Amino acid sequence: MCLGIPGRIVEILDEDLMLAKAEVGGVRRNINIGLVHHDGERVEVGDWVLIHVGFALSKIDEEEASSTLRALEGIGDAYEQELQELRASRIE
Amino acid sequence: MKYVKEFRNAELARAVAAEIATLAEPGRHYKIMEVCGGHTHTIYRHGIKDLLPDQIELVHGPGCPVCVLPMGRVDEGIDIAERPEVIFTCFGDMMRVPGSRGNLLEIKAQGADVRMVYSPLDALRLARENPDRQVVFYAIGFETTAPSTALTLQRAKKEGIENFSVFCNHVTIVPPVRALLDSPDLRLDAFIGPGHVSTIIGCRPYEFMPADYGKPCVVAGFEPLDILQSILMIMHQLAEGRCEVENQYARVVPWEGNLAALRSMAEVFELRPYFEWRGLGFIAQSALKISPAYSYFDAELRYSTPGVRVADPKACQCGEVLKGVLKPHECRVFGTACTPEHPLGALMVSSEGACAAYFNFGRRAKEKVGATE
Repeated sequence: MCLGIPGRIVEILDEDLMLAKAEVGGVRRNINIGLVHHDGERVEVGDWVLIHVGFALSKIDEEEASSTLRALEGIGDAYEQELQELRASRIE
Repeated sequence: MKYVKEFRNAELARAVAAEIATLAEPGRHYKIMEVCGGHTHTIYRHGIKDLLPDQIELVHGPGCPVCVLPMGRVDEGIDIAERPEVIFTCFGDMMRVPGSRGNLLEIKAQGADVRMVYSPLDALRLARENPDRQVVFYAIGFETTAPSTALTLQRAKKEGIENFSVFCNHVTIVPPVRALLDSPDLRLDAFIGPGHVSTIIGCRPYEFMPADYGKPCVVAGFEPLDILQSILMIMHQLAEGRCEVENQYARVVPWEGNLAALRSMAEVFELRPYFEWRGLGFIAQSALKISPAYSYFDAELRYSTPGVRVADPKACQCGEVLKGVLKPHECRVFGTACTPEHPLGALMVSSEGACAAYFNFGRRAKEKVGATE
């Protein structure tokens, strides 16, 4: 649960509920963008974010996303377990 | 040295390690604590220690939220989970944390409705889908995770979801570090500050380390090169007689933190006067409870949890390992009575616990080194 996983925003679903759809590790799941979509800050389709327990923690650039993904793939089991839990997620 | 090949920029890593070695004063021993369990995991997995001169010792800190939960809080969670009307939800990491009468996985096997969720928002969805049941979320985590619980509770209140509550075990990172600095057991030279926690709280909360205790702190990312670079920044500070908070992970961590997260946390939580930490005892203002404005959703009130205190098993030395006084393998039950398959202490459960990381990678590294000698 302590991992932050990079995902790419593919659709803004509901700005009131702060929900977006993100592609993470080959699957598309709903996440909350309330922490990165407030005051002057915005996330848009195509942006990369670091996702932790279903919430975008921070916006990152593409290079950071790909190096973080490589590092996560390197850690094996813990990342696999996190992805498995994410696949079961159905945030509304 | 073979692990270096596994991560990017291996040559750069060797160059950084070489520069670290030139900055180490002959005859001086350096003790640097990595506060975060994610860093501990990276350090063991990539054999970072083998790249550093012997005189630099990395001490593992208390930054694994599963590992610092005292047994009493695990037991109280289990008591709630055993109630027939309850669907008890938690992160996967919690399932095997031992309480005094077993763990959540075991009571699930005995019929309790315990469900693993990826997000507190999944727990809230379960509440919506099961209006005739009570859904309780076992919230754990430092400031990285607390905002997700806060936003979930704000949503629950807005929607008026009555059958949802949170058993709040969120903790804060600064008080235990201060407690360690006040402890006579341990003499530390500097800190590697946590990465994800700092995306929320920023770098300012660490200023007490240089200001009050004269210890440098460098906030670091999670890749092996990040950790080596943060150690280099620390060694520069020590060599130059500087002492400050620096941000190696500025590409992700803003100096001021995340204001939206801090606002939500301020609305939904308040500081507990004190909270028990496994191995560290009671630490003042070191954890969060649900604020009066959200007390309706507080599982501690809904189920009148008694606040029991349960001592750790006698053989268990998690406390000494958490304080950095003992290395994982120096614990008397490490790898014998306590293994990742059958953990006695929480440090062996989470993949970010120092003992599990050492069990999985430290021994393998030793064996490999042995094999090539």
